[in-house]
Amino acid sequence: MSNKELRSLDDVVIRFAGDSGDGMQLTGSQFTNTSAIVGNDISTFPDFPAEIRAPQGTLFGVSGFQLHFGSGEIHSPGDYCDVLVAMNAAALKVNLGSLRANGIIIANTEGFNDKNLRLSGYAVNPLEDGSLDSYQLFAVDISRLTAAALKDLQMSSKEVDRTKNFFALGMMYWLYNRPLEPTEQWIKQKFSKVPQIAEANYRAMHAGWNFGETTEIFVTRFDVKPAPMQPGLYRNINGNTALALGLVTAAQKARLDVFFGSYPITPASDILHTLSSLKNYGVKTFQAEDEIAAVTSAIGAAFGGALGVTSTSGPGLALKTEAIGLAVMTELPLVIINVQRAGPSTGMPTKTEQADLLQALYGRNGEAPVPVIAPATPGDCFYAAFEAVRIAVTSMTPVFLLSDGYIANGSEPWLVPDVSELPDIAVQFHTDTEAFQPYARNEETLARPWAVPGTPGLEHRIGGLEKENGSGNISYSPQNHQLMVDLRAEKVERIANTLPLAEVEGDEQGDVLIVSWGGTYGVIKTAVQNMHSRGVAVSHLHLRFLNPLQKNVGEILCNFKHVVVAELNKGQLLKVLRSTYLVPAVGLNKVQGLPFKAEEVEATINDLLNS
Amino acid sequence: MNTLLDDLRVIQNEPVDIQYTLKDFKSDQEVRWCPGCGDYAILAQMQKLMPELGVPKEQIVFVSGIGCSSRFPYYMNTYGFHTIHGRAPAIATGLKIARPELSVWMVTGDGDALSIGGNHFIHLLRRNVDINVLLFNNEIYGLTKGQYSPTSSPGHITKSTPMGSLDHPFNPTSLALGANATFVGRTLDRDLKHMGAMLRRSAEHKGTSFLEIYQNCVVFNDGAFFSYTEKETKPEQALFVEHGKPMVFGVGNDKGIKLDGFTPTVVKLSDGYSVDELLVYNERDLTLATIVSNMTTTPGMPRPFGILYAADRPCYEEEVSRQLATAVERRGNGNIQSLLNAGDTWTIS
Repeated sequence: MSNKELRSLDDVVIRFAGDSGDGMQLTGSQFTNTSAIVGNDISTFPDFPAEIRAPQGTLFGVSGFQLHFGSGEIHSPGDYCDVLVAMNAAALKVNLGSLRANGIIIANTEGFNDKNLRLSGYAVNPLEDGSLDSYQLFAVDISRLTAAALKDLQMSSKEVDRTKNFFALGMMYWLYNRPLEPTEQWIKQKFSKVPQIAEANYRAMHAGWNFGETTEIFVTRFDVKPAPMQPGLYRNINGNTALALGLVTAAQKARLDVFFGSYPITPASDILHTLSSLKNYGVKTFQAEDEIAAVTSAIGAAFGGALGVTSTSGPGLALKTEAIGLAVMTELPLVIINVQRAGPSTGMPTKTEQADLLQALYGRNGEAPVPVIAPATPGDCFYAAFEAVRIAVTSMTPVFLLSDGYIANGSEPWLVPDVSELPDIAVQFHTDTEAFQPYARNEETLARPWAVPGTPGLEHRIGGLEKENGSGNISYSPQNHQLMVDLRAEKVERIANTLPLAEVEGDEQGDVLIVSWGGTYGVIKTAVQNMHSRGVAVSHLHLRFLNPLQKNVGEILCNFKHVVVAELNKGQLLKVLRSTYLVPAVGLNKVQGLPFKAEEVEATINDLLNS
Repeated sequence: MNTLLDDLRVIQNEPVDIQYTLKDFKSDQEVRWCPGCGDYAILAQMQKLMPELGVPKEQIVFVSGIGCSSRFPYYMNTYGFHTIHGRAPAIATGLKIARPELSVWMVTGDGDALSIGGNHFIHLLRRNVDINVLLFNNEIYGLTKGQYSPTSSPGHITKSTPMGSLDHPFNPTSLALGANATFVGRTLDRDLKHMGAMLRRSAEHKGTSFLEIYQNCVVFNDGAFFSYTEKETKPEQALFVEHGKPMVFGVGNDKGIKLDGFTPTVVKLSDGYSVDELLVYNERDLTLATIVSNMTTTPGMPRPFGILYAADRPCYEEEVSRQLATAVERRGNGNIQSLLNAGDTWTIS
């Protein structure tokens, strides 16, 4: 046992940063999994460059992974980190701004050689010039120590250097009193075919741990106790995985086969990867020639009676626009996943944003209403996908699922649901030939029947031309067009009948209500909790359903003196709420490709209250 | 677990006694092409062929894009999907992957398939999804009232090219061969017998069958193909290839094609050549198909019609289904609860 002091902390934020080839994402996710296994609540924020392997040592090649773990509820990855692990000078330069005052820097000294300093624009070595005196600086020669631990393994210096992230990981495991076993097992499995690499990583990690134990430079280590969490089986999950699992689960609950048409695009591609490995669940994935073929193939499959799904990110959604109109017109079920990223155009593919809300709501020719759902957290992506499928097949409509890069790649502990307790999704193909009409209406939902090819006696034709209600024949009748436009709108409006009422966190009425939607939930909740703990009365309304809005949203908004709509765009939900409910809401907006910081939210509310 | 589609397949597989006539394939919709349009003849041939194929009509789907030809599905009493401009190949692909047991036909035009939908078209062909593609080529945009198309001849004067088209045209059969199509054919709207035979071969081919049909647009490009359809010029201008038969054409088959290196040349049988010296067509030979297809744009050569190429290659949708079956063989039918429970998990009690 270590004779060093063990201090207990409520929560810690660590940021691992290095070259994009340094394995920082892997290091971060290993630390995350281990912390989850010891029972902490967690939130993570991977922040990586678009370049796969940017030139070494450059500022634009820096890859970061921030994780926040604690013994209480954790809803966000944290505004600032307590510890910054910087594998080189560029990593320090890029990330120093996110380190809190007097925070810990663990720097790999080899990464601060002349070349690295030059590439990152440091005239003098910041580890030596006293510029970091306001932090707790631990300069460790990670590269050399790793090499020493591996010297009898007959590996090239390049291969040896690749294991230095495991040294850093071992050191951090020591510093935060984490077990090594989960990562040991992972190494064993992952590198089972290359035992030498497995051995090298194993040794590097242990060397890092032992270094912490024996070195004089660390005098304190820290402990973060497990968080009180609802009993059950947990796994760490990111949004993209949860989305994929939610789709497959919902399909089974609806007794449908999944057809997933997609074209690779950051940050949505992992959904395609996950689903393509689920072939024994009856999932057919199709990597189409382009975004348009991705969505149209899914529409074709939906016509054939499969659960058609397509996934993309902003620019891809722009390309799918016309086809989504076809799905609206032909009233076929379809799930369209948009993992939003910073735009416009190509924008910043690896950075998050919420600026596609209006595109989802209105981005089609003609009056083409489409329901929109936005998951709140990585784990909620599962339930949002489930909900999207339910709405698509029960109302016979395309449905948008608006995720974002932040929750797609961010992760949190997820209480694994019991599948038998999830509701069935009631859907039937129409088979009755008696007086069949392809555009007949379900009285409750206004959905038309799903009559699929192969059903004897129901041969019919559909298409993008306006249809006569009932018969489905082409119609240019003015009255019929009005009727169909109204019906398609009302069909979407009626979905609100199936939604639970929106719930306010905090007081039901008062001075300030913060409204948020999508992936900003965790940060806003953190900010609200921080304000509550300081005695500031603020309520929070988080919307998962953007179209239709839940029935009591207007009523809630009217119960507050100030309504602040926080979103990572220039005020898109704000426009919707102001025009729908005529409330004088104001926006809290940020478009930097980054999530909100809780302190930014708190500062805005404080200003509002003090004005 | 059985899905809704599994339930439906049980009904589909029940044996039925099919005794269709042409009338069974006529829908209740009034046909609205211009009087004299070549599309009528194609529709009639298709409705004539359908009863002979023995496929239950509920298992047949016609998918189309946008354009005059794409109205086709409305007139067939089968399932049909009139989609959006250029995207029919992708919609048909999704449908066929989801429902490999269906007989899927795609009807398109020169603008729909080769201009706005060019990308989907070539990818459909290389994947070899078992879909029968009928491209009605009239070398003009009809529905938008007379602009040039990607198959219009250079210099063609149209509403959008008052000084003549500057575009070099596609030869659809060469494009299809270049995209590795497994079946490439060409026929004419005014040769009913040949068209009937070609449609039948298209239906029988396993994989994507591509059939280009020269179709007369009576309003905006009347007579574009008359040299190949009218009896005064047809014998000299059109060459109908047949597998295993020498390539002859001309009045009384007085001419034939010989290969000079890789270059096809026209020889007159009266000049001392015998039929035995002529090129014998082989529809399974890609090189020959490419050479003969390129005769389309070679001045002085007759234009080739018939099955230019037919080859066997696994169908995409069958391979997709095979991978699913293999996955089940290897890992068993997926259990959702075990899927959710997978990964690094921990229990909080």
